[in-house]
Amino acid sequence: MTSILLAPFMIKALIAAAVTGLASPAVGTYLVQRRLALMGDGIGHISVTGVALGLLTGTSPTITAVVVAIIGAVAIEALRASGRASGDVALALIFYGGLAGGLMLVSFAGNGALALQSYLFGSITTLSTTDVVVSGSLALVVIALSLTLLPQLFSVANDEDYARTTGLSVPLYNVLVSVLAAVTVSVAMRTVGLLLVSALLVIPVATAQQFARGFRATMLGAMVAGLLASVSGVVIAAYVDVPPGATIVLVALAGFAVTAPVGVLLGKRRLARVPFEMPEEPQQQRVTEPHRHQHGPGCGHLAVEHGDHIDYIHDGHRHAVHGGHYDEH
Amino acid sequence: MSSGTILEIRGGGVTLGGRPILRDLDLTVEAGDVVAVLGANGSGKSTLVRSITGLLPLSAGSARLFGQPIETFDQWPRLGYVPQRSPIAQGVPATVTEVVAAGRLAHRRPFLPARAADRAAVTAALEAVGLADRAHHQVSTLSGGQQQRVLIARTLAGSPELLVLDEPNAGVDLVSQQAIADTLESSARAGATIVVVLHELGAFAPFIRRAIVLREGRITYDGSPDGVQAHDPHVHCETTSGPALRIAPLTGVLGEELP
Repeated sequence: MTSILLAPFMIKALIAAAVTGLASPAVGTYLVQRRLALMGDGIGHISVTGVALGLLTGTSPTITAVVVAIIGAVAIEALRASGRASGDVALALIFYGGLAGGLMLVSFAGNGALALQSYLFGSITTLSTTDVVVSGSLALVVIALSLTLLPQLFSVANDEDYARTTGLSVPLYNVLVSVLAAVTVSVAMRTVGLLLVSALLVIPVATAQQFARGFRATMLGAMVAGLLASVSGVVIAAYVDVPPGATIVLVALAGFAVTAPVGVLLGKRRLARVPFEMPEEPQQQRVTEPHRHQHGPGCGHLAVEHGDHIDYIHDGHRHAVHGGHYDEH
Repeated sequence: MSSGTILEIRGGGVTLGGRPILRDLDLTVEAGDVVAVLGANGSGKSTLVRSITGLLPLSAGSARLFGQPIETFDQWPRLGYVPQRSPIAQGVPATVTEVVAAGRLAHRRPFLPARAADRAAVTAALEAVGLADRAHHQVSTLSGGQQQRVLIARTLAGSPELLVLDEPNAGVDLVSQQAIADTLESSARAGATIVVVLHELGAFAPFIRRAIVLREGRITYDGSPDGVQAHDPHVHCETTSGPALRIAPLTGVLGEELP
């Protein structure tokens, strides 16, 4: 029963799934923080042009996809940063340009259309050893940079203006996140396919952030969720005749759906536990200082609503009418 | 701490979208100054803050920060900026400590882990704003006032010589207003130079030594905070003579007085 998991093609598939599952949410956490959750999708569409170029010229589609995805990701970032298009419009412009360009190119490549399928929907069980080594190394670089530059990348994603005043090169770090996303997409396209790539970048983050209180905790939790979804997706697909890419994404989604109610409960409990910060109860005392007039609307003292009555600010104190005198509030 | 001139603007102007926001601005801030920037909404207070922190370029004149032209300024550990609003509580969860630790990045190098000094500075900054017990809380579960204190702690963690704050009291509860004022007062006593945009002096009145009033992008008053009201009816501030209710005159969109 377990023998199928030890077959060479399965071992390669499991390794590819594991590194993809770890790397994608690491970058995805930064994308979600920057409200660019769909950037992975945009890059995936651009990568179609890259894959088509590879098929057309007979070079490795993975390499051409990485190159084209990086160019596209940097272009999205440049459009966004220049303010000439907002984040989502910038995505759409490049997104469709890349997809249409790729489909056009692939039509020149004869039977390339068939080959394109394995990139659109993933082909994790047909990976060569070289594929696994290349994807694995790229994924490790992505993971290493995502973790070691966490303080800087977090600061830039969390509050761009403030990060600038601490001397961080905001454009450089933003471009770096885009490049990391592009590399991740190229790695993940063999696992889940270009059309589903964004799911692996975003869904584990959505799952983890229900439980985590911090950014680092969210990222590490998302990486664990991504790893579990990818590996179990491949294992399920090995026993049941279903496409591995779609299975991985559905398992990730199921993980989110199952944990969502727990996350909602946890969030409510956490909020309810936050103690209110109350000012020290002000002393109430009778005021003896003379009043030349009765406080009331239009008396010239600032009126402040205070629960069921109105206080009048008098020489820096709050006076409340109480019988024939005033209380300090 | 530092001595001499911290900030010097000569004939400064800032244009946003073709519209002049600041005009003919001359401003010198010496080491140890504690300056309140007052003025009505739209008078250019925030723009002034953003241009002296290098976030907005000057369209005219020149500015020097710690003796260096602002365009090429790179002594980031000496500058501490506290924005008015910040997206710190949005998106992926972040703990108070994580946000405050971002204030140490001017002192840190990429790829190197935080040192003991970095962690100690974060703890000290959280203690200074009275949030040490919230260090591991999620920022978005804090009140608006507490979040503002997190922003101040983040800046204090960098031990800056110049603190530039944009309306630290806006939308902040009274407890936090007092905590913020106390924190800044002790920073000022420790020798920090402070430029703070305020809507009213309020809890800051006891230690503000100088006030400038902006009106339509120009400085219309520069001097003791006591003399502010007489010069500009647009500023309602509470001075040491005691709180008073003052309604600013209604001003039209173009700045003209309405009848």
